[in-house]
Amino acid sequence: MTDSAFAVERAGALTTVQDLGRTGHAHLGVPRSGALDQPAHRLANRLVGNADGAATLETTLTGCAVRLRRTATVAVTGAPCPVTVDGRPAAWGAPVRVPDGALLELGAATHGVRSYLAFDGGVGAEPVLGSRATDVLSGLGPAPLADGAVLSLGPAGEAPPGVDGVPHRGVPRELVLPMVLGPRDDWFTRAGLHTLTTGDFRVSAASNRIGLRTEGPALERARDGELPSEGMALGAIQVPPDGRPVLFLADHPTTGGYPVVGVVPERCLAAAAQAAPGTPVRFTPLGRVSWGRPNPA
Amino acid sequence: MTLRSLPVGDHGLLVELGSGDAAEALHAELLRRVADGRLPAVREIVPAARTVFLDGLENPGHLAAELPGWDIPPLTRGDGATLEIPVGYDGPDLAEVAGLWGVTPEEAVRVHSGTEFRVAFCGFAPGFGYLTGLPERFAVPRRATPRTKVPVGSVALAGPYTGVYPRSSPGGWQLIGTTDTVLWDAAREPAALLTPGTRVRFVPREPTAVPREPTAGEGGGA
Repeated sequence: MTDSAFAVERAGALTTVQDLGRTGHAHLGVPRSGALDQPAHRLANRLVGNADGAATLETTLTGCAVRLRRTATVAVTGAPCPVTVDGRPAAWGAPVRVPDGALLELGAATHGVRSYLAFDGGVGAEPVLGSRATDVLSGLGPAPLADGAVLSLGPAGEAPPGVDGVPHRGVPRELVLPMVLGPRDDWFTRAGLHTLTTGDFRVSAASNRIGLRTEGPALERARDGELPSEGMALGAIQVPPDGRPVLFLADHPTTGGYPVVGVVPERCLAAAAQAAPGTPVRFTPLGRVSWGRPNPA
Repeated sequence: MTLRSLPVGDHGLLVELGSGDAAEALHAELLRRVADGRLPAVREIVPAARTVFLDGLENPGHLAAELPGWDIPPLTRGDGATLEIPVGYDGPDLAEVAGLWGVTPEEAVRVHSGTEFRVAFCGFAPGFGYLTGLPERFAVPRRATPRTKVPVGSVALAGPYTGVYPRSSPGGWQLIGTTDTVLWDAAREPAALLTPGTRVRFVPREPTAVPREPTAGEGGGA
């Protein structure tokens, strides 16, 4: 039991290995991937003394349980959830020492969607194009966790730096998404754009790491058809033919043919990672980039 | 050169051009400027059908203002190395494609293997290239009902493009053949065999009796 690893006893609904993702390969059709709630991922790493890029586990709603094969310092951040070590309550949002052989369990999220579990030394999956992230769209990176799987850990670190008091953003009751209009807002009528910023949208249960789908009114289009494929940004609000906006998250396709009405800045995307199905969604315009178009709407 | 720059969030720029060739020419120019350090720092440069998307620019407005003044040389075809991909033209949709073209299947193979292709852009899956080169009259529609599983190595047509499935996935393109060439290998540099700008010829070979088994996961449907 001295190999630096852990065994998965309960994988949960969808638990994946995540880090900061693989940038610079979009022209080859490779999505960015990486932790959806990057601040939570970075905080978990900082709590156990890792660099930001160390791999963590990202859980989805139902948590997970792992049995340690070496003593490890761990930390859980993101969506708040009960944390236990061999059945005894342990701290959330703080470094926890877990002995070799102990069972570490993350229960269901009390609110929010995705919790992050960091181990000192990081999860040691084989990097693909410089990242250990699981990309659910294209299948790159390690497979999602399965019951019985054994994953390696990097070498145990020094004792982590002392931490007292951790900022937690909380999970708001409403998902507010600031956005810059364009590049294809001219594919929608004035009424359609009004619907986008005033409509009663909610997070759809069909949301995943690829995109946050919405339920609500359809955006009226000014023109029909599809665009020739064009590059897609992280945070793009793409509108498929059914008219319901889809917010592209880390595992989004790199090109697409549906018009993008606006783009949510990356710094505002962490909240989308924690918005559970049914959460109200409000798109708020940040205005239009001034150099983009001669005639502001 | 006609171009239009559109904002994509705070740090992105979508440059729209009049044609696919113009987009490829701009992409090639952008890569030259990256290579000799004349382009500001950028995280991604993604060419597509008629656009080039640049992401992670500190000041996209500066580049947008500068672009119309660039002298962009047109694409050159026909010089330099060409990647040869051996293909068994044994795909289940070959006869249908030939029918759409109004030629025999043998003639369809002759046309396809006689064309010099170029990787215009990638997408859909890692290593999936959209290859241009067939004359516009040979464009074909996607299949009305996509297949739930297209085998790895399938050589396929849709619209004006030819593509090769880098792994097994759902797909709606017309399958005209198969190749054993490995399109995607994460351990290779670059991992994708078909990178934007690569020139390609498909070389007919005898059909294989047993296609290779697909290897990896699942994907989106295109």
